[in-house]
Amino acid sequence: MTRKIDHHLDPATLMAFSAGCLGEALSAVAAAHLEMCPDCRIALADLDLIGGALLSALPAKSEAGARSALPSLPGDVVPLPGRKASVNPKAPLQHAGDPELFAARMGVDLRNVPWRRLGPGVWHHRLPLSPGVKGDLRLLKIAAGKRMPEHGHSGSELTLVLEGAYRDDSGVYRCGDIQDVDGDQEHQPVADEQMGCVCVIANENPVRYKSIVNRLLQPLVGI
Amino acid sequence: MVRTLRVRRLQPAPLEMQSRASMSDLLSLIARERSEAAFGELFQRYASKLRGYMLRQGADAATAEELAQETLLVVWRKAALYSAEKGSLSTWIFTIARNLRIDRLRKEAAWQELPDNLSETLASDDQAPDEAASDRQREVRVRAVLAELSAEQRQVVEMAYIEGLSHSEISERLGLPLGTVKSRMRLAYQKVRTALEDLK
Repeated sequence: MTRKIDHHLDPATLMAFSAGCLGEALSAVAAAHLEMCPDCRIALADLDLIGGALLSALPAKSEAGARSALPSLPGDVVPLPGRKASVNPKAPLQHAGDPELFAARMGVDLRNVPWRRLGPGVWHHRLPLSPGVKGDLRLLKIAAGKRMPEHGHSGSELTLVLEGAYRDDSGVYRCGDIQDVDGDQEHQPVADEQMGCVCVIANENPVRYKSIVNRLLQPLVGI
Repeated sequence: MVRTLRVRRLQPAPLEMQSRASMSDLLSLIARERSEAAFGELFQRYASKLRGYMLRQGADAATAEELAQETLLVVWRKAALYSAEKGSLSTWIFTIARNLRIDRLRKEAAWQELPDNLSETLASDDQAPDEAASDRQREVRVRAVLAELSAEQRQVVEMAYIEGLSHSEISERLGLPLGTVKSRMRLAYQKVRTALEDLK
């Protein structure tokens, strides 16, 4: 997949990812987008330099004369490559942009997701997070032309399109595009009329989809 | 683990290392000759920085020591993957330390390998010489930018990178709206980006 990505990560999100302080769910989705997006990989490489500069500015002498003992060195080292494999950050990674691979790494076969119905034309599948981690990570499948379910959350939300597309006021999101919104922003995405949409959504905080409410309201407002 | 490590007797350092060899020189000695003396030098320069980093990230003393050592052992094992001519060593070490810390926090996540390797791959990228300036050059620029950031921008950047605080945690700690924290980060990023523009 080599389509140009239209929607990128917010630099503040990328900075948190680079710093290693982005929550687990958000990091999973950010990393998946990074695999598909050379522009964001370049930005990340720039941001990582901040980490390097700040690390090297930390005191070299330790407190109270404590000095780390040199560990015994393992023999299993990575050998020098005969000729260095050339990796260009502007080129896609070898497996880049393969949503199925991304899903497989999360233990899911995109062709065979154990979908659970959330409402009319909307299915979801929750992905596990580490024990004790707050947040929410799930795959969402929206039938052609349907609206994404309304949901309440606070904090940041990342949505990455894996298949099909959706659109809202801010534009059209296709495979590889990411939408990076704050909790207080409202959006009402509608899945592509032909293809529908499969995406992975991460939230910083636990999410409650208003599935029952949606089901009740559906005949009235067409959610 | 920490207690069982034994101190190794170092071979005398070659001349060029006694006069503060550049980090990249040390690393290529490690990569090409498995020089334990070069590693010892590098270890002395980075061990306390890394321990300090881990402590400020909230690790207890033993974990901080352990993660600092693990980080440098990865450097020893993977030195060959690092591009000495192009790379910024401290950035490479930072990404290793960051990833080890994340791993420690997420031992059981199904997808934990995902964010890994990504930056390591980037850090060891061997770019065509005419295509990208060296990361070392770029890091010098980034240092200059950091020194010139406004106090409030620098504060949020350090809280993220050194203390490992999330956007919301920074916002709580400083009593600022989330949007303000993020916009300070965006401004800091914009300055870095601008400073690196002609080196692309």
